[in-house]
Formats: sequence, C-alpha cells, structure tokens
Amino acid sequence: MKRIVYREWRIQPERYWSLLGILGAIAAVAGLAALYMEHEGHWVTGMTNQVVWGTPHVFAVFLIVAASGALNVASIGTVFSRTAYKSLGRLSGLLAIALLIGGLLVLVLDLGRPERLIVAATTYNFKSIFAWNIYLYTGFIVIVAAYLWTMAERKADAYYKPVGYLAFVWRLLLTMGTGSIFGFLVARQAYDTAILPPMFIIMSFAYGLAIFILVLMFAYEQDQRPLGDVLLFKLKNLLGVFVAAILFMTLIYHLTKLYGAKNLDVEAFILVHGGVYTALFWVGWVLVGGLLPLGIVYHPVLGKDRNWIAAASAMVILGGMAAMYVIIIGGQAYPLQMFPGQTLLESGFFDGVNGQPAWYRPSIPEVLLGLGGVAVALIITAVGVRVLQFLPESLADPIVDPHLAAKG
Amino acid sequence: MTKEHEQVDEGRRSFLGTAAGVAAVSVAPGVILHTVTAAPRSEAVTDAVRWGMLIDTAKCADGCTACVTACERENGLDLQVKPEGEAAKKWDMQRSVWIRKVKLEDNLTRRVTNLPMLCQHCEHPPCVDVCPTGASFKRADGIVMVDRHTCIGCRYCMMACPYKARSFIHQAVAEKLTRAPRGKGCVESCNLCVHRRDNGEASTACVDACASAGHHAMVFGDLKDPQSAVSKALAGAASRQIRADLDLNTGVRYSGI
Repeated sequence: MKRIVYREWRIQPERYWSLLGILGAIAAVAGLAALYMEHEGHWVTGMTNQVVWGTPHVFAVFLIVAASGALNVASIGTVFSRTAYKSLGRLSGLLAIALLIGGLLVLVLDLGRPERLIVAATTYNFKSIFAWNIYLYTGFIVIVAAYLWTMAERKADAYYKPVGYLAFVWRLLLTMGTGSIFGFLVARQAYDTAILPPMFIIMSFAYGLAIFILVLMFAYEQDQRPLGDVLLFKLKNLLGVFVAAILFMTLIYHLTKLYGAKNLDVEAFILVHGGVYTALFWVGWVLVGGLLPLGIVYHPVLGKDRNWIAAASAMVILGGMAAMYVIIIGGQAYPLQMFPGQTLLESGFFDGVNGQPAWYRPSIPEVLLGLGGVAVALIITAVGVRVLQFLPESLADPIVDPHLAAKG
Repeated sequence: MTKEHEQVDEGRRSFLGTAAGVAAVSVAPGVILHTVTAAPRSEAVTDAVRWGMLIDTAKCADGCTACVTACERENGLDLQVKPEGEAAKKWDMQRSVWIRKVKLEDNLTRRVTNLPMLCQHCEHPPCVDVCPTGASFKRADGIVMVDRHTCIGCRYCMMACPYKARSFIHQAVAEKLTRAPRGKGCVESCNLCVHRRDNGEASTACVDACASAGHHAMVFGDLKDPQSAVSKALAGAASRQIRADLDLNTGVRYSGI
C-alpha cells in the first residue's frame, strides 16, 4: 500500500463559504426556534403530557446513534486491521464527534430548564441510565479526540491500537446506553425489552455508515479528488449487510412482542391500524430504509452506479428517521395499559379512551431545532476537513488496494 | 511581647462577662420559643411512618370530581391559564393534572368502575430510578415528589411512570401558591399534600373533599400504624395495586377492581 497523503479540503472559497453560510443560517434559525420554545415554554410545541418526547428527540437520538456508527469505519481499520479502511479513519472520527455534538445540542436545548445543565453535570443519580449516558457521551468525545490524535501524530503510533480498541468498546457501550433509555422503560409496552440496545447498535452501524458514504462522496466530488470503485463498493456492500441486519432485528423485536398475548394490542397498533405510525413503519422503516436500499446496493447494475449508491444511503437515513419516529413517538402514542381487560370510557387526562392513541403533531420550532442539530454536525465536519488534514488526497483504486497497485 | 500585654485586664473581663450574660438572658427565650414552634418543619422526615391511601371504587361516584377540584385549589392548579393563541383542545393535553377521574368498563362482564388516578407513591418508584439528577425522589415517609430546584425538565420520569401520574409545566406560571410553588419547565405530580404533612395536618385535600361530598371513598393515613384508619380499612377489605405485575409496592391501593 502506498503512503496515504492527507490534505485539507481545498474547494474554492466561494463554494466553501456559501456552504458554511447555508448551514450557519439553518443553525441560526434553529437557535432562534430553541430560544422561542425556551421563552414561551413547551406549549408552543406539539409535545403534551401524553407524548412527552417529540421531534427533537427523534433527531437527537438519530444523530447520537449515527455518531457511534460513523466511528465504525475507523474501528474496522484499527480493530479488524482492514487496511483499506484505515485511510478513512480520520474522517470517521471527525464525523462521529460532529454528529454526537449535533445530537446532544438538540437534546439539551429541548430541556425544560436548559440553563440548569450545570445541575445535570454536577448532581448524579447513578441508578439512572441517563446519568450514565452523560459520562458515555462526554467520554466518547474525549476518547475519539485522542484516537484522532494517535492517527495524525506519528509519535503516538504506540497508542493507536489501544486507543482504537477503547474507542470501539466505548462506542458499543454508548449505543447500548442509548438503546437502554428505552429498553429499561418497564412502564410502556413498546419498550421494556432487552432487544432494544442491540437493535440500536445494528441501527447505528447502518445510519452512521450511510451518512459517512454521503459525506465522503460529496467531499471528494466537490474537491475533484479520486474516489475509486474498490473502496466505494466495499462501503456500499457493508451498508447492505447492516441494513439486512436491521430488518432481521426488527423482525425479532416484533416476534418477541407478538408472542405474548398481552402485547398483541400494541403490535396491532404499530403494524396494522396505527395510522401515521403504521405507515411510517412499513413505508419508512421497512421499505425505504430497508428493502429498497438493500435491493439497490446488491443490484448488478444499480449497485455499481454512484447516483444509486448515494440514493440508497439517503434512503437508509430517511428510513432511520422513520424508525426513530415510530419507536419514540409511536411508543408513547399507544396508551399505557393500566387496566388490562377493561376499556376506558372516560378519563380526565387522556388515558386512551376506547383505546384511542395520544395525539401528537410535530410543530415547526421542533423540526427547526432538529435540523439545526444536523446543520451543526455538518458545520463541524466542514470546518474540520477544511482546516485539518482529514481527507486522503486520493482514494483511487491503486492507492486503496495494494493488489491493484502491484498489477498496475 | 511586653509585660503589659501579658497582664489581664480584670475590668474588661468582667464587663464582657456581664454583657454576655445579659445578651443570653434576653435572646434565649426567643430562640427556644422559635425552636418549639418550628419543630415539625425543621426535623428530618423519618421512615417511622409511610403515608398511603385506600380508594374504595364502590364508593367512588360516577360524575363526581370533588377530589380533582379540591386538589387543583389546594395546589394552585386552578390558577393555570391557557396561553393566548393556544387551541383549547391542545391546552387540555398540556395543562398539569395531579389527580384525575377514570371510568372503566370490564370487557367481559360490562361492569363499570369509577376511580381517581394519582401518583401511586411506590416503594420502588421507576421515576426516581431514571431521574438523571435525583430531582425525582422519595421521602423517608414514602412520599414521591420532585425537587423543583434540581429538575432539568428532561421528562424521563414521565416516560418511566406506569401510571401517567406526572405533568410537565408547559407554560410560564403567572400565579402560584406559597405552599405549592411551581415553575415553567419542571415536572410535577401529586405529593400527598406534603405541606399538610409538614404542618402536622391529618388528611389530604382530595380525601377531605371526598368525605365532604358524602362518599368517603378515599382513606388516608400511616400504613405503618396498625391503628390508623387506612391500615384498618386495608385489613378489612380486599385491595390491589394497579399494575401489581411491576411489584412496585404502591402506597395507594384500590378495592373493588
């Protein structure tokens, strides 16, 4: 393998600054939306006492899950010693930190009392998986930053492997922690299952990789750097494996829930008559986020077309958002079953009269806040690759694959 | 050090002694008096008692909301005002509710039951387990409540509560009662009229209202005292916990369901 040369992202300043301008404008509008929600209170959102976590949480959890997944490319290079992936380690680490910061920002700005963040940082209840996550998230940023340093600094070569292993274990713990936020909720039928943490890990593999592929393709195309088929096809094939694994985990999740009679109602709600949640499950999660991209990446013709590979990656992201919406909001919309075998005729607090699900509609400020998190993640990435040497000068086939180089 | 410094000034010493004595005599009665009146509030709550409730659904009348109205008045929830421009239907889903009436019909027998739902004051409360800052806590006397100074408004406790007992304050609070302070962005729920407990009063607003309405469907008291009204009522009637499968050992029990 040839020595990889890393270079700053050298697109024309006008393009670069307009990209930052657009992203900055989105982030600024999101900041105003957060300020508005904070000033008025949450009554301006679609969130209620029934659906307490809304669209910001869909974005935040998606970004946090994707963050740990984005680090996977680096881990494959370090932990599994795949040379081809090593050259992508820096971008992988940067993207992981950027996505995590974007997600955390959304989560924090949605708090009822965001100014009390110092309380969350100083007062802990260690029985809470939320409190553990605060450590998992901050630890992730620190460890990945150290990981990036070992990649870039030749003197730190000795630490590259150990730090890489630590980052790999940590990212698994982080995604498990995020999945456990829901898995540990015994009160709600859609949650309360040990399969959620591993399912979140599989989801993170796919969502993080899909974002990584899109960012990589965009960055290389804009800068007219060579990105060979060997590497791109490796990545898209891997994406296919992860997407298939999500479908498998989804099947197992619903089968375990369907087996017990007590959960038939919540399953019927998600799978059959849940309206928007049923539609998002089948069309978003399964079709757009699963079957279609799977068909594309393994298709003999489409799977070799870059536009289709990009489309498949985008579909995985959209499907992932749909999956988060179904899990987070659908799981709350289905009423709590406090009285099995009884039908609620009247309630003074929307307990699901006649089995009616709770109402929720995303409000504009919520959506803007979520998009702001995405924008911040992309700003960090764009600035990072611009000022630091994160991107290999070339990812052409002979550079990536030593066998091809030998033949050439 | 000079010799003068080592000599004791007897006159100064006796003056200080007298002054201290006079001060002690004049201030002490006030201090002691103050301590006596403040005793119930300044002493730590102990686990010698566990507050709880029995609700007899057979006595809970259809259409009666006396407990709900009394709770809202007692805790200042009737002071909540719909924000300008908010749709009434959505506001209903966002305003705080600590106790609510629920009407159930058995799917098989068609028997109809009425009951009030409120925080069940679990011995092992899921809301306390999940709270990242420990703002959601259980007092030694069994009352589960929110420390409004450390609540960051993450609503994880609302996700975890199996009884949907908690409310998030969605809007700025214009008016509130001194005995029940509330503020935008925090979570709140029934605290068994904790201010009444700390003042040594016998009952809660909802229980009093139910009795005043002539129903006597709710009995409040110390679950640890076998002579308390609630313990006697529990001993005399079959009762159950809602979602007993979770084994939370709730402080609020129901009979007739």
